[in-house]
Amino acid sequence: MSDLLVMRGIVKQFPGVRALDGVDLDVRAGEVHCLLGQNGAGKSTLIKVLAGAHQPDEGTVTFGGEPVRFAGPIAAIKSGISTIYQELDLVDGLSVAENIFLGHEHAAFGFTRRGETNKAASELLGRLGHGEMRPTIEVGRLAAAGKQIVSMARALSHETRLIVMDEPSAALAHDEVANLFRVIRDLTAQGVAVVYISHRLEEIREIGDRVTVLKDGRTAAVGLPARETPTSTVVSLMTGRDVEYVFPSRPAPGSHDNRPEVLKVEGLTLSGRFSDVSLTVREGEIVGLAGLVGSGRSEIVETVYGARRASSGQVLLAGEPVPPGSTSKAVRLGMGLAPEERKSQALLMNESVARNITIAGLGKYSRFGWVDRKKESAAAASLAETVDIRPPDPRRPVRTLSGGNQQKAVFARWLVEDRKLLLLDEPTRGVDVGARAELYAVIRRLADEGVGVLLVSSEVPEVLGLADRVLVLREGKVIHESDARELDESRVLDMIMEGSAL
Amino acid sequence: MTDARASGGNPQSTQPPADEHTRVEEQARAAHPAEPGVLSRVGQARHLGLVVALILLAVVGLVTTPANFATSSNLVSILALASTIGVITVGMTFVIIGGGIDLSVGAVMALASVWATTLATQAYGPVVMAICAILVGTGAGLVSGFLISYGRMVPFIATLAMLVAARGLAQRMSDRRTQLVGPDNSAIVDLSTTRVLGLPLLVYIFALVVVIGWLVLNRTTFGRRTYAVGGNPEAARLAGINVRRHTMMLYALSGLCCGIAAVIIMARTTTGSSTHGDLYELDAIAAVIIGGTLLTGGRGTIIGSILGLLIFTVITNLFILNGLNTSDQLIAKGLIIVVAVLLQRRSLESRT
Ligand SMILES: Nc1ncnc2c1ncn2[C@@H]1O[C@H](COP(=O)(O)OP(=O)(O)OP(=O)(O)O)[C@@H](O)[C@H]1O
Ligand SMILES: [Mg+2]
Repeated sequence: MSDLLVMRGIVKQFPGVRALDGVDLDVRAGEVHCLLGQNGAGKSTLIKVLAGAHQPDEGTVTFGGEPVRFAGPIAAIKSGISTIYQELDLVDGLSVAENIFLGHEHAAFGFTRRGETNKAASELLGRLGHGEMRPTIEVGRLAAAGKQIVSMARALSHETRLIVMDEPSAALAHDEVANLFRVIRDLTAQGVAVVYISHRLEEIREIGDRVTVLKDGRTAAVGLPARETPTSTVVSLMTGRDVEYVFPSRPAPGSHDNRPEVLKVEGLTLSGRFSDVSLTVREGEIVGLAGLVGSGRSEIVETVYGARRASSGQVLLAGEPVPPGSTSKAVRLGMGLAPEERKSQALLMNESVARNITIAGLGKYSRFGWVDRKKESAAAASLAETVDIRPPDPRRPVRTLSGGNQQKAVFARWLVEDRKLLLLDEPTRGVDVGARAELYAVIRRLADEGVGVLLVSSEVPEVLGLADRVLVLREGKVIHESDARELDESRVLDMIMEGSAL
Repeated sequence: MTDARASGGNPQSTQPPADEHTRVEEQARAAHPAEPGVLSRVGQARHLGLVVALILLAVVGLVTTPANFATSSNLVSILALASTIGVITVGMTFVIIGGGIDLSVGAVMALASVWATTLATQAYGPVVMAICAILVGTGAGLVSGFLISYGRMVPFIATLAMLVAARGLAQRMSDRRTQLVGPDNSAIVDLSTTRVLGLPLLVYIFALVVVIGWLVLNRTTFGRRTYAVGGNPEAARLAGINVRRHTMMLYALSGLCCGIAAVIIMARTTTGSSTHGDLYELDAIAAVIIGGTLLTGGRGTIIGSILGLLIFTVITNLFILNGLNTSDQLIAKGLIIVVAVLLQRRSLESRT
């Protein structure tokens, strides 16, 4: 089979960082080519070069047998390369259909043809298995998974020979991932090539044909067979170590039973989203919420935090009622939330890593409103080191960090001492295998120090491996609660899928 | 001394926490020695452009009207002119960094000047007049801020309404007449006539406001949160910042600055009038933009705004000294806004 895409010796230099230092990549028509590498290895940078969003400093790109040099994203799209970026780039104020056809609208004499646009959008969404999504709805009102679908549809709306997906599954739950894979198989059957980036190795095994591994801006291995190469080989190529999921050891079951309740939620309801949710988190306990996207996981966490105003029910933090709808009170009482979507909900893109880390705990680094900058930068530096942000310079603008490292900054924000309860919504989204193990250890250590943790994750093994107790959610209701050790992945999946199969 | 500690090796070793922190920080610094230098140099370069522009304008002044421009009386009059809008610009910088806009500044200043110069207020003496102006300004700012943050009105509309209403109220209170500051209250006028080291007192008020504004923006939690609220309000809210209250405070702050500006204009003109401060909002916004503050919020500096304002004021002064048409002056100002924004876009792009 001939190579559709050949990249040779790609170099990309940013101020202070050589993000790519001679990378090679070969992709064949009709294959799923996986790109692996630790956070900051240069995966996103490589595909931005491919998509024409960055200009390489050195190196050549051959696409469809001809040497190409894309002046910008439009040139790349025109020659048949579509990209779904790691940070979704949709316009919240526009409708689903308008987003899909942004830049190449169905129009006549400058007037958009809305009927036609909506119909075409519906068709594309149908191809993606989401015919039920209304093309007229505003994108800002969709959850992360919905936005992901819209980006996919946008990529498919062009004539493409190669689709690049940068961590498309990070925002998706189990069933959504299955759907994504079905779409990918459809595409490859038609001869379209897919470049697929993910930190979930089991996905690579399931969908991938060949694997290219990046390490520190260089190619560590090219075109390994995805199914035959042992996981340990891949991981050690990436990290130099051979760990996959390592969960810290847990205290014995029931050892939290006598400890005081940090969080008590009673009959919490948000109309249309979830109803009558009751749960407790005890001191030192990690409670996991498992469920599909749309089962109300994130909404529950956000409502507990006061980011959404509950229609009824009560939230008590260490016995004190938390007034609904006020995040500042929740924080003052001792809560912290690492939200689901880092770019829109968590990061201050204009600011440095340090300021992103300290913004939530400013009160601690100040006296009478006056910021003690020494204390602040010292704290930021030590927190950044705790979660191992790379490059380890807290004064770097946060937007120049790789996705996984940005995620670590969001998490670091809440590692200040006096938190009683941490709400972690997908805390390891986009974080690489090695760094994950470290974050798990940090979370467990916090719990051992007495912090209560409420954890949401789309990855069932993560919930089962990290949490002490697990609540399973379906359609906004808690349908099961038990010790995490009594459950296994397939049972949890059965429970969360049941009913959706009907 | 720093070197000794930075080379102190292994970060895992157990040390007293304070020492650990400094050491980690220094290691980070040592790891990227070139980085902060480059960044801060670019940051200063942005202001450098404004300073160069100002110097060029001064050269133009020296060349075209050598007899008048460099005189101390002319420089003093430039500063006095800049003081009024300058104080307003400080408040405007906060509002715009916080993601908003305040169109009502000129009108609120006029209202404050009228309220402070009514016969009833004047009866209480100059201190009460000044306090009255400041309270009226802050009050008006609070009202706009409340409408925006709790009434969920768009800042543009809420402050436009305030602009119209405040002017109307000022006309009503003064019967459209210019109110003189009475002879008993000449202490107000003294702010403009008394000089210390050759500069009228009101220039010191202006300087004080700038210094305090700079400190608040750069050294306090309020300032830090202002950047956060303007840069990403949702992220700010989820980080536990009370975004609504903060937004309201920003407009109150802008109103407060209008009140201070009202005192200055009363001193300079010895009057309170509903026609004071016409179109000041445009000059203040333009100064902020020329100074490099993003209209979308989350980024900007006080120093930039003040330099932007000085550029504007010097242009006005040059046109007057050369006896040129005010229409040409407006055209020149329009061009300057465009050029400044284009240049800033260039420097932003080269940074990323
Ligand atoms: N605009 C930029 N300016 C400066 N440095 C950058 C910029 N973009 C990326 N970098 C740096 O380049 C390196 C590679 O980043 P990249 O985003 O490609 O990593 P990645 O492999 O996609 O990681 P992740 O798995 O975390 O998404 C990182 O060190 C990052 O900090
Ligand atoms: Mg990436």
